[in-house]
Amino acid sequence: MDEEPIVRIEGVTKTFGSMYAVDDISLQIYRGEFFSLLGSSGCGKTTLLRMLAGFETPTQGRIYIDGKDITDVPPYRRPINMMFQSYALFPHMSVIDNIAFGLKQEGMPADACKERVDEMLDLVQISALGKRKPHQLSGGQRQRVALARSLAKHPRILLLDEPLGALDKKLRERTQFELVNIQERLGITFIVVTHDQEEAMTMSSRVALMREGRIEQIDTPRMIYEFPRSRYAASFFGSINLLHGVVDSQDEECINVLSDEAGGMLRVNYSHPIAIGTDVTVAVRPEKLRLITAGTDEPNTVEGVIEEIAYLGDVSIYHVDLASGKRIQFTQSNTQALAEQPLDWGQTVTLTWQSQAAGVLTE
Amino acid sequence: MSRLQRSINWGRLGIAALPWFWLGLFFVLPFLYVLKISLAEPQLAQPPYMDLVREFEDGIMTLVVNFGNYQLLLEDSLYINALMGSLKVAAVSTFFAVLIGYPMAYAIARAPSHWRLPLLMLIILPFWTSFLIRVYAWIGILKNNGLLNQFLMWTGLIDAPIDILYTQTAVYIGIVYSYLPFIVLPLYATLVRLDQSLLEAAADLGCPPLKQFLLITLPLSLPGLIAGSMLVFIPVMGEFVIPDLLGGPNTLMLGKLMWTEFFANKDWPLASALAAVLLVVLIIPFVLLRHMEQRSEEAE
Repeated sequence: MDEEPIVRIEGVTKTFGSMYAVDDISLQIYRGEFFSLLGSSGCGKTTLLRMLAGFETPTQGRIYIDGKDITDVPPYRRPINMMFQSYALFPHMSVIDNIAFGLKQEGMPADACKERVDEMLDLVQISALGKRKPHQLSGGQRQRVALARSLAKHPRILLLDEPLGALDKKLRERTQFELVNIQERLGITFIVVTHDQEEAMTMSSRVALMREGRIEQIDTPRMIYEFPRSRYAASFFGSINLLHGVVDSQDEECINVLSDEAGGMLRVNYSHPIAIGTDVTVAVRPEKLRLITAGTDEPNTVEGVIEEIAYLGDVSIYHVDLASGKRIQFTQSNTQALAEQPLDWGQTVTLTWQSQAAGVLTE
Repeated sequence: MSRLQRSINWGRLGIAALPWFWLGLFFVLPFLYVLKISLAEPQLAQPPYMDLVREFEDGIMTLVVNFGNYQLLLEDSLYINALMGSLKVAAVSTFFAVLIGYPMAYAIARAPSHWRLPLLMLIILPFWTSFLIRVYAWIGILKNNGLLNQFLMWTGLIDAPIDILYTQTAVYIGIVYSYLPFIVLPLYATLVRLDQSLLEAAADLGCPPLKQFLLITLPLSLPGLIAGSMLVFIPVMGEFVIPDLLGGPNTLMLGKLMWTEFFANKDWPLASALAAVLLVVLIIPFVLLRHMEQRSEEAE
């Protein structure tokens, strides 16, 4: 991506007393992206978002928008709008007045303002609620008003702080797709703070996984899921099997890892140079594991006993104890409704996976 | 079961009736008594007014109602002027109390949370000493060779002491000082609950700080502002001690006048009529306010 990023964060640090909320973060966000800042609470994602909005000033570092340094620009002069986690709707104003608030601040004429408000009400499908006050709305409706208000000025960048956090599960799933649709339709760059990895996966074009004020990994959801760069990143998204071992040999595409935990040789795609004898962790997702009939000397084969079965409807999760005592998981789709359970407790199974289905963690 | 329910209902009824009983016993009854006196004729006796129901020589019980006191209140400009004087003092005092009290309440509400309690204590603490002593202290400050004049002369701002004590200014100073907490506390209570993210949202939508105050903070603090203003305005309307101690002969207020009628002129009926008029004057804004509140609730 050679184009000028719409947001450039350079070496930004924010301390509160002796606590580093954000610790030397640099990242770039491009036009039209749906970018997620993901992490558990206290990882600094909200502080970073608040610095973008202008509510916090970085202790160090600069923030550029469209190439312009806005680090010291007050929030009311930034071409950015934000949707607050609490929605922060003005309780003494009607839905219409809430949405029109930002437009009136920039002195938009009344008829243009009305037109824009109608457009926004339409966009979030609450046209009938314009005259209501916030306390007369349901949680989902308030969320829509907040979204409409933050979009009304057609900002180039919209910041969303846990936009779906206060909704129940069903509504959350539906709203996820709506958010993505609106973002695509308006072409606005969305920067979303969320602690929900599923939400980040579904909506984002790229995800920055944060941990203790630093960025653990920035990538597309798919790359982070399939090729996590650290144990933290690996375990943050879904479940993963981690098998320790020592690099035994390396050829053009792959390394071979001797793993006592797996009870044999593991073969993984890895093209970077790595010293023989390095301690590594091979990471493989439960759904990449395949059942085979026993008795093969191929690498990436493990044998164990099924200890637990969790039936989730669409899939079942099997917990398997290997000879080394290491417990791993694998999943199977339940393709038939009442088919005889092919696998049962105490059954010995042999599992395998392809060398490109696993990742190598060196940390 | 039904017996238990009945006893609960009685209990509830009792609790609901208690404030009404209280209001009746300590407000409505005494006020009716005042009203009765206001309709009587004064006499030089003990008590200094005549009964409304009297037996004349012909032995017939007659109800004698005297509206003369009210008529006098309307006709003699002294009383109208006193009412206007009280209204003016109450309005101006409330205005200055808001002007000084709002920033104080705002500052305390915005202070770091561990500072708020000590700051509130500073507002309340003087009220642990006697009201009279505090008003007397102002005499010491405001008199011609008092602290204020000495200070002003020491700074060279004035060459000769200025007359403050026994003027209207002194009354305003005394009243605003005395009633300040009544406006600071309710305002603080509403301001401290104000969601800060609302101001951030306003800023985010392009609203600079001063406008944020006018469009968000001020309208949302209106309930506290109105409550505080009433807590100042209403008692100041009948205030007697401060104008008497700090004010001059020109200070004309209902409270002072009532005291004069009651104790100096021994005209209980006229004083009672004054008290009744004051109550009506004070109830009007209250009723209007309730009406407005109800209307805005209905509008929502």
